[in-house]
Amino acid sequence: MSAQPSSKSVIAIIERWKDEPGGLLPLFHDVQAALGYVPPESLSEIAGALNLSRAEVHGVLSFYHDFRTAPAGRHTVQICQAEACQAVGARALAQRATELLGTEFGSTSDDGGVTLEPVYCLGNCACGPSVRVDNRVHGRVDSERLEALLAACRQREEP
Amino acid sequence: MTVEAFLPRDTTALALDADEVAAALLDAGVQLTRNGSRGAFWLEPLLEVKVNGERIAFGPVTVEDIPGLLDSLAAEPADHPRYLGPVEAIPWLAGQQRLTFQRAGLGDPLCLDTYRSLGGFAGLEQALAMSSRQIVQEVKGSGLRGRGGAAFPAGIKWQTVLDTEADQKYVVCNADEGDSGTFADRLLMEADPYQLIEGMAIAGLAVGATRGYVYLRSEYPLAAEVLVAAIERAREAAYLGQDILGSGRAFDITLRIGAGAYICGEETSLLDSLEGKRGMVRVKPPLPAVEGLFGKPTLVHNVLTLAAASTVLAEGAAGYQELGTGRSRGTLTLQLAGNIRHGGLVEVPFGVTLRQLLEDFGGGSLSGRPIRAVQVGGPLGAYLPESQWDMPMDYEAFAEIGAMLGHGGVVVFDDSVDMAQQARFAMEFCALESCGKCTPCRIGSTRGVEVIDRIVNGERRDENLILLEDLCVTMEQGSLCAMGGLTPNPVRSALAYFGEDFG
Ligand SMILES: Cc1cc2nc3c(=O)[nH]c(=O)nc-3n(C[C@H](O)[C@H](O)[C@H](O)COP(=O)(O)O)c2cc1C
Ligand code: SF4
Ligand code: FES
Repeated sequence: MSAQPSSKSVIAIIERWKDEPGGLLPLFHDVQAALGYVPPESLSEIAGALNLSRAEVHGVLSFYHDFRTAPAGRHTVQICQAEACQAVGARALAQRATELLGTEFGSTSDDGGVTLEPVYCLGNCACGPSVRVDNRVHGRVDSERLEALLAACRQREEP
Repeated sequence: MTVEAFLPRDTTALALDADEVAAALLDAGVQLTRNGSRGAFWLEPLLEVKVNGERIAFGPVTVEDIPGLLDSLAAEPADHPRYLGPVEAIPWLAGQQRLTFQRAGLGDPLCLDTYRSLGGFAGLEQALAMSSRQIVQEVKGSGLRGRGGAAFPAGIKWQTVLDTEADQKYVVCNADEGDSGTFADRLLMEADPYQLIEGMAIAGLAVGATRGYVYLRSEYPLAAEVLVAAIERAREAAYLGQDILGSGRAFDITLRIGAGAYICGEETSLLDSLEGKRGMVRVKPPLPAVEGLFGKPTLVHNVLTLAAASTVLAEGAAGYQELGTGRSRGTLTLQLAGNIRHGGLVEVPFGVTLRQLLEDFGGGSLSGRPIRAVQVGGPLGAYLPESQWDMPMDYEAFAEIGAMLGHGGVVVFDDSVDMAQQARFAMEFCALESCGKCTPCRIGSTRGVEVIDRIVNGERRDENLILLEDLCVTMEQGSLCAMGGLTPNPVRSALAYFGEDFG
């Protein structure tokens, strides 16, 4: 993500959702889609517009695994760690990914290229192990395929 | 002559490079329809080619297969190594009784003409000619039960929402499908989205709701894309909106995306999430049917339950009842996943046994090693050893042995599985996904992980086994919802049937 947190786009998103009942989740999704994360500095503004306290808004944000409050790498790689994928080697695959990237689950590789995350089911459970790279799901991912996917991430600058 | 072919645009097909295969087909001048998947995921990407008016299947196909495959059409298709014969005669598909999934894979999921030509919207048209009370009566008479997990009779909920007076009511579709090993909701939304839209509109007419929400998990980006387009087209064709098919009655649907929280599949947590809050589980009563979304009467159902309403209305209660065993009406949607050769969606009458499913449909494990454990009903379901595989799969039989069918997930493990690790994961998952309201669930699960670790390490084993059982009892009795309440299921079954794995 090269874009700087632009309060202008955040303001437009707040305008879009502030009067919608239950609009806080779609608002967070839109902010994250625009900026790659939800900047903590935007929470007061969001809270004000929605007539909530900052603590409430923060409470919602922190409840959901999807939302992040700091920028991620250029690509996000999620390795399914749920049971059906465990049954076909997802734990070993996760181990391999941390070795290849030199990073743990929940953090970003040193070159800023890849954020590695666990995910609990991508709906591809008949053909696991499943890996999601940005918005694309890959099935039957073995160690070799994983290496190729990660290498491709490093070559492509933007998702 | 141009070749006419079908290749699915479905999450699993795409995960196995269907888009790359599609590009190769288009390059070769094939007239290609991107259909939904039939759910035979082990054969994806499953290519169907029209030969003498019949759809002939090839699968799984790769980009490299395409030139040779197209050549074989002119000569002898049956000689091609990927040839599977007429698609509907593939035993894995022919052996099923498709009802909810009867249209899946037949055509372009977004084509309204296709949907109509396959009997679509007949249920909605029927409903428009009936009173709310009559529609609810029909659903009650069908014996339809919830497909989200608890299998509660749908008609009773519909009646409650109908009978509760309010200026606004809602229909909410639970498309959170968080259970590992399940993908039936996803397949339905990607392959036959109008069936869900139709079912929701019928539900709206029945209970007097003009607004519907679909709460879809964020892990399903393709389903989201398909639903957005389908809702838009349905609205343009007046199947949704202020004046449904000129009837003067209104119903519309808004799609909302979850944010990666398993607990938001629980209906009251889901409602809080839809309201823009933390997904905390609510104390019941009040039931959502009385005080649901924004405090208004709300009909919450799983994707498959709502979709089935269209069949119930189209076929009538009696027609719908004809399938099934005992009190389990209609068909059972099972999903074969994990370490299994022939994984995918299996829709059969209630009463099939787990063994039939694993052997006849599943074809054994993917690894070729013996199957050792099968987790049925998602992360909160029990692990079943071979001695339990001969029970008929219906709600009652499973309840009798302390197991559950849930949303129909069947996750297969071969003999390399470490069941202590699986029990530990059940506790870990509970700790990770707990909404935090109840101490036994929030703290008990974390303690559970530690206690299992100690057992496996041989630290005061007997003492810790007793402690683990105490923890299970506390979680079971002191939890508000099934997250904490049923996490003991996988833990206890792992211990009971596979105790040798625990150090
Ligand atoms: C922890 C937990 C997770 C659940 N997840 C789902 C889910 O992902 N999808 C679903 O339809 N129901 C789920 N349920 C069941 C719902 O609470 C509710 O019973 C269901 O949406 C009702 O729909 P039905 O009557 O069509 O089954 C879950 C329940 C619990 C306790
Ligand atoms: S059992 Fe767990 S998930 Fe359910 S309400 Fe209690 S704390 Fe929340
Ligand atoms: S368990 Fe991994 S995709 Fe469902």
